[in-house]
Amino acid sequence: MTLWRMVIRSLRQQALSSTVAAISIALAAGLLMAVWVVKAQSRDTLTRFDAGFDAVLGARSSKLQLVLNAVFHLEASPANLDAQDYLDLQKNPSVELAVPIAMGDNYRGYRVVGTVPEMFTKTSYAPGRHYTIGKSGRLFDPALREAVVGSFAARKLGLRIGDKFRPYHGLNFNEEEQHDETYVVVGILEPSNTPADRVLWIPLEGVQHMSGHAAATATELSAVLVKLRNPLAGRALELQYNRQGHRLTWAWPIGATMAELLNKFAWFDRVLAFVAALVALVAAGSVLASIHNSMNERRRQIAILRALGARRSTIAGSVVLEAMTISVAGVVLGFVFYWVIMTGAAGVIRAETGMVLEPLAWHPVFVWAPLGLIALGAAAGWLPAWKAYQTNVAKHLAPVN
Amino acid sequence: MPLLEIAGLQKGFSRPDGVYEKVIDIPSFTLSERAQVAIKGESGLGKTTLLNLIAGILKPDAGSIKLMGREVSSLSEAQRDRVRAESMGYVFQTFNLLPAFTCYENVLLGMTFGDKIDPMFAQGMLKRVGLEARLQYYPHQLSTGQQQRVAVARALANRPKLVLADEPTGNLDGANSDRALRLIREVCAENDAALLLVSHDPNVLSQFESVLSLKELNQAGARSEVGE
Repeated sequence: MTLWRMVIRSLRQQALSSTVAAISIALAAGLLMAVWVVKAQSRDTLTRFDAGFDAVLGARSSKLQLVLNAVFHLEASPANLDAQDYLDLQKNPSVELAVPIAMGDNYRGYRVVGTVPEMFTKTSYAPGRHYTIGKSGRLFDPALREAVVGSFAARKLGLRIGDKFRPYHGLNFNEEEQHDETYVVVGILEPSNTPADRVLWIPLEGVQHMSGHAAATATELSAVLVKLRNPLAGRALELQYNRQGHRLTWAWPIGATMAELLNKFAWFDRVLAFVAALVALVAAGSVLASIHNSMNERRRQIAILRALGARRSTIAGSVVLEAMTISVAGVVLGFVFYWVIMTGAAGVIRAETGMVLEPLAWHPVFVWAPLGLIALGAAAGWLPAWKAYQTNVAKHLAPVN
Repeated sequence: MPLLEIAGLQKGFSRPDGVYEKVIDIPSFTLSERAQVAIKGESGLGKTTLLNLIAGILKPDAGSIKLMGREVSSLSEAQRDRVRAESMGYVFQTFNLLPAFTCYENVLLGMTFGDKIDPMFAQGMLKRVGLEARLQYYPHQLSTGQQQRVAVARALANRPKLVLADEPTGNLDGANSDRALRLIREVCAENDAALLLVSHDPNVLSQFESVLSLKELNQAGARSEVGE
């Protein structure tokens, strides 16, 4: 008869409360791991992803709004800039590539963005990774009403090559504001796991000359995505646009702009850590309650074991081991909960932001959260273990009526 | 050399009003190896306290308890636990089987804290008490007589030198009581274990050749009675 078997029998005796305690540990573990992974991966995505560009030039606004709008396709466009600003920038010798984009329309909630073919032919959205168009598809002809659709948008909208669609005015879907122009899908982007997957790409002029758009602004652009020959040249352009000029905003470098935003929310990380600590404490409390509440009925059992020669330390150890076992079971179940939470969260986050989360990607939280919860659970067993240690054997061996 | 030697053993407790009351005061008592002795005494005379002192569950206020020549009353609690696990068996009035464990596991518990675990011996003991077909039964699935037989098997599981029995038939009816007592005595004899049994039941006591009166052994009890 091993100590382990004693623990298992005890758990079986207290099956309901032990299960509830294990589930609370599992929820805590699942939540902790999911929150940390979502936090880390979104931060990583937001600060690292630059769509292959160094900077964004746009109308006067905040850098953040500009980056969110032009790179992540999240915010509304602050205002437009003149085509001449784009042409001037293109002539700058430190600029390797300038890709104009125009937006302001959607198709059933997914953004329709006008751009030039170079967006796909001359950029790599990540080192060594280029946008590719699926087989039997091709890039749109800038002179025609053709579209290349991001993989996620195509799947959600059910669009295939050869399908036609008519965009709606505005960034939010309003079925009463449909444009007259009809576009033909000529290509579907292979999944890139970037915000581009959620966009319907059409020629720049398509957006500029869409029916209902003001003719006076037909040459204006929403933003220009810029790749520099020497990234350090961004400093000089920042001086030129942000300090000396008043019409335009130069957001450079893209990652730093996002990091700046996230740093402003550092307090949120502390709140998150505090909430996580509370969740873990509540879970540990449930382990404590589960064992502690059964101590009165266990005292006779403890006294019998002591009469059979069990040491106080053995009895106390078995109680701590029991608490630890509940925690280990909870943590194992916690990985299942983590998977369920992440599957749901990843779907929502991808649909809303285009960010792709990888639930199986390694993160230290997979070690410290389970180990921390097991340690906390075991620590919660110390109080009932102390009570078990103190059990008066002679008193509890006495016959009961 | 006697198996058990008690000299000047004293134990008392504080009453709720704070007054110290001596419960055990035994000047001298010895028990030989393989002997079977019954101690008679009415309730409240300290029978269970005496067994708990011998078992090392309680520590005496004064006096000496030697088991196989070794002074056990001055040992640490952990050492006394060890002595109990290795050298003593305990049979209780209410059997005190653990409900979450099968018969077989209850018997295994009797040897878990001692020298070694011998599953074959545990099964043999259950066979000896006639429960070989009930190994995987839980206590609540057994009759009271069968439960007591499991308790007897458990008490002998660690091959003890001394078996302490505290009103072991108190919860059994007449026929079962006789059978259980006969079994305890037989199993102790077969395993060369001495038996020290306390009871107030004349039927039980009548089956022992050697019966001592706790009233005579225990001066504290005598004084208490005189005082009354």
